[in-house]
Amino acid sequence: MRYLPLDEADRADMLAKIGVKAIDDLFADVPNGKLLKTPPPLAKTQSEIAVEREIGRLAARNVAAGSVPFFVGAGAYRHHVPASVDHLIQRSEFLTSYTPYQPEITQGTLQYLFEFQSQVALLTGMDVANASMYDGSTACGEAVLMADRITRRKKAVLSGGLHPHYRVVTETLAKWGDAAVTALPPDPNGKEDAAAAIDGETSCIVVQYPSVYGNIRDLKPIADAAHAKGALLVVVVTEVVALGALKSPGEMGADIVVCEGQSIGNGLNFGGPYVGLFATREKYVRQMPGRLAGETVDAEGKRGYVLTLSTREQHIRREKATSNICTNSGLCALAFTIHMTLLGEAGLRRLAVLNHANACDLADRLSKIKGVSVLNSTFFNEFTIKVPGKAADVIEKLAANGVLGGVPVSRLEPDQPDLADLILVASTEINTDDDRAVFATALKEVL
Amino acid sequence: MAMNTQGRPTAPGTTSSTEIQTYTGNRGLDHEEPLIFEIGDTGRTGVDLPDQPKAQSRLGGLERGAEIGLPGLTEPETMRHYVRLSRKNYAIDSGLYPLGSCTMKHNPRLNEKMARLPGIGDIHPLQPQSTVQGAIQLMERLAHYLMELTGMPAVALSPKAGAHGELCGMLAIKAAHEAKGSKRDVVLVPDSAHGTNPATAAFMGYRVKSIPAMADGTVSAEAVRAAIGPDVAAIMLTNPNTCGLFEREIVEIAKVVHEAGAYFYCDGANFNAIVGKVRPGDLGVDAMHINLHKTFSTPHGGGGPGAGPVVLSAALAPYAPLPFIRKDGDKLALVEDAGAAGDAKPFGRLTAFHGQMGMYVRALTYMLSHGTDGMRQASEDAVLSANYVRANLKDLMSQPFGGPTGDRPCMHEVLFDDAWLKDTGVTTLDFAKAMIDEGYHPMTMYFPLVVHGAMLIEPTESESKQSLDQFIGTLRFLANEARLGNDKTRFKEAPMLAPRRRLDETRAAREPRLRWRPATPKVAAE
Repeated sequence: MRYLPLDEADRADMLAKIGVKAIDDLFADVPNGKLLKTPPPLAKTQSEIAVEREIGRLAARNVAAGSVPFFVGAGAYRHHVPASVDHLIQRSEFLTSYTPYQPEITQGTLQYLFEFQSQVALLTGMDVANASMYDGSTACGEAVLMADRITRRKKAVLSGGLHPHYRVVTETLAKWGDAAVTALPPDPNGKEDAAAAIDGETSCIVVQYPSVYGNIRDLKPIADAAHAKGALLVVVVTEVVALGALKSPGEMGADIVVCEGQSIGNGLNFGGPYVGLFATREKYVRQMPGRLAGETVDAEGKRGYVLTLSTREQHIRREKATSNICTNSGLCALAFTIHMTLLGEAGLRRLAVLNHANACDLADRLSKIKGVSVLNSTFFNEFTIKVPGKAADVIEKLAANGVLGGVPVSRLEPDQPDLADLILVASTEINTDDDRAVFATALKEVL
Repeated sequence: MAMNTQGRPTAPGTTSSTEIQTYTGNRGLDHEEPLIFEIGDTGRTGVDLPDQPKAQSRLGGLERGAEIGLPGLTEPETMRHYVRLSRKNYAIDSGLYPLGSCTMKHNPRLNEKMARLPGIGDIHPLQPQSTVQGAIQLMERLAHYLMELTGMPAVALSPKAGAHGELCGMLAIKAAHEAKGSKRDVVLVPDSAHGTNPATAAFMGYRVKSIPAMADGTVSAEAVRAAIGPDVAAIMLTNPNTCGLFEREIVEIAKVVHEAGAYFYCDGANFNAIVGKVRPGDLGVDAMHINLHKTFSTPHGGGGPGAGPVVLSAALAPYAPLPFIRKDGDKLALVEDAGAAGDAKPFGRLTAFHGQMGMYVRALTYMLSHGTDGMRQASEDAVLSANYVRANLKDLMSQPFGGPTGDRPCMHEVLFDDAWLKDTGVTTLDFAKAMIDEGYHPMTMYFPLVVHGAMLIEPTESESKQSLDQFIGTLRFLANEARLGNDKTRFKEAPMLAPRRRLDETRAAREPRLRWRPATPKVAAE
């Protein structure tokens, strides 16, 4: 076996040194009859050639996003990732390193986490950010639990513009963690009065920006309404590139901002691994979940970084920890921070403008098709269209014609028949003029 | 003219490298690297973008105004920054990484290649399912392998890490009790458990009741019997346990737990010791998470991403979270919402989309490469290597759980305590930091908490015998030095040869500096 360096002679020598006759003598504590005589009946050791062929066959049965005109979003976006990003994250020293618990020999990881935290804080307009979460949806659930801890209240309100998966994840955590969540009805038109849902028992209101349907609204009035009632504003961003074009949630009064960071540096990967961003105000930092890198000095006075404030975490606090989370999304955070460094502010702003322009162009083309209307008056790079008939059928027909044309809302909200004719459509910098023309033509044909 | 008989000098001088003050602060290959905020600026970029179509803004008047302050670098500057940072990291690929309980085994590069196939890495979770049948099939293959290797009838793939898997398994248990109308509010957790166990139980509103270990470091069925009652929902037990020992009474413990109407959650962090040798399903386990990043070699990546699928017994299977896979003739379907779940009663959803596909493919690639014979051999080699290290060090370093039952073989990791360092003035921390100067990552220290000054060593199956012998030689040398006490500096000042000396963690926590801020301009003195 090519991954196992010991050979039979080594094994015999080692057993002799240990003073046992056979390997199973080392498994003597396994209860009677429970030690398998032979391994379970699955494949035997295979060559690299054979494995590559087998996985390759499975991969070939999927339609890769890059092989067709592609407009699918709804919380995961296909952006261009510079070649240097993937090269750098595959450096052995990053890829095969553990959590930086020994800071003297993991300054590489600790410094990029410190830089990552700084970038996330700037981007969201907040004071501090952690070293990342599993993904945007779990970060959203943790944000609600954190707001409950801060306000000592147990009633969160979720906007109808929140991604339905995020809603269900948050509801699941709340339900089993003995907290209450009120979800407002789906809000495809961006007309909901979120502020009206806040009362004196509300711990936080969770608003997505732009909403899952693409609508953009000023968060300041919601922040003011929440703060007047002693509640917090949690802002969720699933398309982080939007923050290159839009006012930051921090500027508008957010108390906690969570994002799905996949758009920067990370591929689609069928849904994971992704990277959750989590930022908040300085005064709440000790209630924040997740790892934190901090600056300090070494014994010679040289600047260095360590994991810090770990007294919040489970390996120290056990049952009193702020969260049971004990990992972050290190390598995805690295991809994020490298891509963000390559972009810089100038590149990020240009990227955002390009996304918006492409989406505007697509919206104009699609709205000219008979029977199709665009619901949004505001959007960034994703918007909602209404089609005659069932959206899910339209999407299947488009796929059969070689176009991946978006996400039918019924896939996310199967219990809302009123929304069955809606499609979420995203256009990023990867789409060409030609892609958009092909999409418009195909949509016209299948309707 | 006479030849220069001396030639080019080849021997190093006598000056200690630590005494040289360089102009740059660099030390040869070890470069001092500033923050991106100190070398980049907001106008610079390493990305050229295509032209955009003309469009009128539809951002609703919420355009970003003021500068964000994000620095940019060109590509060559970016490469240099991150390559220099990378060189300050220890990694499996550069040396033995004996972190007990963390399983730092080799990460095959074929896994990385497979994860980057366009049909795997470049597919969207919400594409029509008809366009991703291969991906769902891959998930189903992985599920099949996990069920076969554990002897369990069901698996929930979506948890994003070990602790997330724990939460998943415990939620399934809570949902099962609730469905039976059984109100139970206590979870039993041994003292030696990972910190995530009590954190998970407490989050769900359970009271955590500790169970003491026996003198030999394992849990007795008797102790469980004494603690159990009608208020107990579950036990969370790690097997092999955090002391590196197989829980000998595990079958009996499962029986006691089931007889009381409770469930058995097994922390599968150490499953890598027994793959292909023991099936947890045969031991009476109801739920167990599997850290794909430990047992099945997906890279640790400096702290994630991980993946923590949970295998479930028939009693808990109906409560598995969304999404799950259903066979529909020759087609596979991902069931994504409760309305379509049929007879199943999913307790909810743990994450958007379908979980860590990027980790699934790496784990499956590992499984297919090894085959079950190879995985069994890997477990045997891991256990053999840990016992070999133990056999070579136990005369110098003390182990906890002494006495007649104490001198037992360990599983994949070997645990020492600090009794042997008594009166030397050297602590576990000093000893571990001295390993850094010898070119090794330290072992896990001060865990499990129940063992004083614990040192937990997990060599894994990825080391050659030469590598193990070199490691053993190093520890023997250091252990003798510590005992002789001639050169305390080696320990007290360590590490001296790393990119940084010991860091001030107290200061970091007292005055947290968690992000870069521009230096405040100093007010000029009069």
